Amino acid sequence: MTAHLKLDKPQSDRLGDMAQGVIGRETPRREGPLKVTGRAPYAAEVGDGTEAVGVFARATIAKGKVTKIGLDAVRALPGVCAVITDERLLRNPAQGTANTAPVQGGRDVAYFGQPIALVVAETYEQARHAAHGLEIAYDAAEDAAVTPEDAEPESLESKQIDIGDLDTAMSHAAHSMDATYTTPSQNSAAMEPHASIAVWKGDELTLHGSYQMLKFNRNELADSLGVDPEKVQIKSPYVGGGFGSKLGIAPEAVGAALAAKELGRAVRVVLTRPQVFEATMRRSETRQRVRLAADADGKLTGIGHSAWVSNLVGEAFSEPVAQATHFTYGGANRSYRHLIHRVNRTCAGSMRAPGEAVGMLALENAMDELAHAAGVDPVELRLKNIPDRHPEDDKPYSSRRFADCLTEGARAFGWHKRNPTPGQTRDGEWLIGLGMASAARGNILSESHARVTLHSDGTATVETDMTDIGTGTYTILGQITAEMLGLPLDRVNVALGDTAFPPASGSGGSWGAGSSGSAVFVACQNIRAALAEKLGMEEDQLTLTEGSVIRNNTREPLSAVLDDDLTVEGHIEPGDTSEEVQQAAFGAHFAEVAVSAVTGETRVRRMLGCFAAGRILNEQTARSQCHGGMIFGIGAALTEELVHDPRDGHIVNHNLAEYHVPVNLDIPQLEVMFLEERDAHANPLQSKGIGELGISGAGAAVTNAIFNATGVRVRDYPATLDKVLPGLPDI
Amino acid sequence: MRAFDYARATSATDATAKAAAGATIIAGGTNLLDLMKLEVMAPEQIVDINRLDMNRIEHTESGGLRIGALVTNSDLAVHPVVRRDYAVLSRALLAGASGQLRNKATTGGNLLQRTRCGYFYDTAMPCNKREPGTGCQARDGFNRILAILGTSEHCIATHPSDMAVAMRALDAEVEIESATGIARTIPLVDLHVLPGETPHIETTLDEGDLITAVILPPPPGGVHRYRKVRDRSSYAFALVSVAAVLRIESGKIASCALAFGGLAPKPWRVAKVEDALTGQEPSPEIFDKAADILLADAKGYGANDFKIPLARRTLKAVLRESVEAAQ
Repeated sequence: MTAHLKLDKPQSDRLGDMAQGVIGRETPRREGPLKVTGRAPYAAEVGDGTEAVGVFARATIAKGKVTKIGLDAVRALPGVCAVITDERLLRNPAQGTANTAPVQGGRDVAYFGQPIALVVAETYEQARHAAHGLEIAYDAAEDAAVTPEDAEPESLESKQIDIGDLDTAMSHAAHSMDATYTTPSQNSAAMEPHASIAVWKGDELTLHGSYQMLKFNRNELADSLGVDPEKVQIKSPYVGGGFGSKLGIAPEAVGAALAAKELGRAVRVVLTRPQVFEATMRRSETRQRVRLAADADGKLTGIGHSAWVSNLVGEAFSEPVAQATHFTYGGANRSYRHLIHRVNRTCAGSMRAPGEAVGMLALENAMDELAHAAGVDPVELRLKNIPDRHPEDDKPYSSRRFADCLTEGARAFGWHKRNPTPGQTRDGEWLIGLGMASAARGNILSESHARVTLHSDGTATVETDMTDIGTGTYTILGQITAEMLGLPLDRVNVALGDTAFPPASGSGGSWGAGSSGSAVFVACQNIRAALAEKLGMEEDQLTLTEGSVIRNNTREPLSAVLDDDLTVEGHIEPGDTSEEVQQAAFGAHFAEVAVSAVTGETRVRRMLGCFAAGRILNEQTARSQCHGGMIFGIGAALTEELVHDPRDGHIVNHNLAEYHVPVNLDIPQLEVMFLEERDAHANPLQSKGIGELGISGAGAAVTNAIFNATGVRVRDYPATLDKVLPGLPDI
Repeated sequence: MRAFDYARATSATDATAKAAAGATIIAGGTNLLDLMKLEVMAPEQIVDINRLDMNRIEHTESGGLRIGALVTNSDLAVHPVVRRDYAVLSRALLAGASGQLRNKATTGGNLLQRTRCGYFYDTAMPCNKREPGTGCQARDGFNRILAILGTSEHCIATHPSDMAVAMRALDAEVEIESATGIARTIPLVDLHVLPGETPHIETTLDEGDLITAVILPPPPGGVHRYRKVRDRSSYAFALVSVAAVLRIESGKIASCALAFGGLAPKPWRVAKVEDALTGQEPSPEIFDKAADILLADAKGYGANDFKIPLARRTLKAVLRESVEAAQ
């Protein structure tokens, strides 16, 4: 039986009618103990140890052609089984939801670090040594663009937008801001490196991989190999962090599949950490010009947000920098430019909150600068500029407790204690400052399927190819099912991460929980209907709780009324509600920092985020998502920078010792508040995405606090001490 | 990683004999194994000294401390005598690496760790330290973490140790056993050499030499400070670090020892800096004068220019804080 819901109209709060209260409750991740005790096998670990092992050899020029590969010398080395130089090897990973193969062919070099050949040997060490020694000769191109400045930018027509006349608004403004901000390349640096084991049985391929969006990944892999997608199965039950870096099929999966086919045995390929940095996805560096015009009261009359980003030739993705600028604040006159430099650098793709993660740094810094210039409190400035309707297309918002996030967050944080004059608060050597920023992230529903079976013994099983990349999917899908079917949580088995199951939305764009959860909801709703019919009642009269049916004031175990399994495949599809209203989650970040007056080192002392994102499906996993986003924000603000060599674009700091993600000691007490909210337009769960909301604006709260502490405005991210130092007082 | 032969040393003599025959000595392996995986180093033979009896901390006859070369950084940092009498060393150790690394890293290995220069670590890059004569990419490249003092046109690498900086301030000596069975003790200052025209030569050790211990002289007394400035709160190498041991008598600086990390290819100490301070009443002017002397020959290479003002500010702050604590 299948059940389908297209979201053409707002949904009632059916989950809220249920009897148990399992949904929303703080519930620890069900796979957590497996992961922290090493019992959850990751992709590289599922084999039996007899696999051959592949390691990539990389390009060591920025642009050109491979003229010769020294195959013979390497084939003669101990343990070497094969050297794969197949034209089907990937230049770089597929972009998220691409659904087709990315650029292929190992002979045309487009960036330093590009995989050129896969060396396969009996052991990892043999393969790595042989790959290291593989001689590759090149015909290097003279015109490599290793920095964005080397390439005239392309303009994307659909993103050059002018509404009203911003120039005039700027010249008539009582207060205005015109500043340029830069953010560097970054990498997701997920703990689990990209890894695949490929196993062929005849013409059927099973790939154990570490991926976020399996239904797309299967098609991308099949297309890359030139085989029928029906012959390809991908399994990713456990993923050690994705953050966008595992959205699209990547070189190691295709390499493993090609090698396994050639050798007729299973092949494992795990990228080294330097390869993760060089040959997966980076977040593009950005240059952003933000212009703000305001009247004497601080009400915006204009907003301009121009962005310069980069990517390889042939890549459709470009960091959508101004994404949240369109709908966050009002102002009649608006201008956007979006320009893309085609560079010879590691491929740019989605990394947690593409667009908002960097765009909100610049926008929220500019708002802070405007507040300072206009003498308006930063929270007040934002409250003044919340538009009634979408300022560009006049759509109404769905749910939006943005103002409440600002005011309630400010109250909980103690924002009123902030001295608006920078550099006035001191604690010994440390200059203390408070800063804040808004958070916004558009909400998306994505088509998703899930199969739910209510077994005759009163347990249930959920099956979908949805992934859990550390976000809590296993747990919340269990909670939705348990709530809808009146089961204790431990009677629901959730099976994920296998393309043999019905295809889900995948994890990305913050849409995973709402989309895959809605597919489960739709299935459960129909199981309830079937059960009600069987019992001769209306579905809305059916009370299911703690594994029992309650009717006529009597309680019977579900197993007593079921003589057979009930299976429904639920299918959710976006509909008119995606078009008719502006859907987004909102929030506000508040940070207290201490900046050493001696060295310019910044330490975040405390941070609070107040968020409204519709129904919170599980307060604990949702809070963890926000913590993670805020930590990403602190990293972006203070430490994270993928450094490209100015001569060949290669990534100089391609290891975790020198690419500085925050360590425990960098992260203070983080507080997360959720405001009660329901969004009837978003999905039948009435939830909105939360995986990327926490990073949106977070770093700007930190740099705004640095300004309040020191009077130093760092517009070039990250705000490392050398950028703060010149503005500090003499000692 | 290239295949290699492994042997476990049965004695120091056995280790030095194997090393003299070309084997590379491995202790904690926290740096060597990384370098071997990257084939920055590709020894054909490894001699493992971990089971040798060199992990004791003992008093010396002169009232100092003898630290076995295999004492881990963790054990050394928490040793009660080190914490009480050589606090600068304890603080420096705890400022270094991470808890996991300190549990494995040894005293001898820490002294011999290699630079963290990104061009040294990437075998596709020219590097005079890794492959003599190929050139230095760091000078005109990303050199944020690299040196401003003691460099040459061939190499601007820094020595990354925190421990060695504190030991330098403490006038430590290094006990070495040679392949011919002769033991010698040299001042730590004489262990590391500047790059000059031969940046691949980092120490004065001969083939077969084994560091067996570090000797600290009797406790210097005074105020001990170790200040490490870095890009994140932990697990980051020093941009600048200052080790200070300072005594005040009758309102004047009676003695001071100052050593610096993150600035140079070896733990850096300048006698004239200390001379300028010793016997003087502490004042911002005299601190500035000390910084002037320290940084007189400093040269930035672009991304590390900031280290010059940063070193000055950090030195002055450490001196001010040490003086306040001593009075």
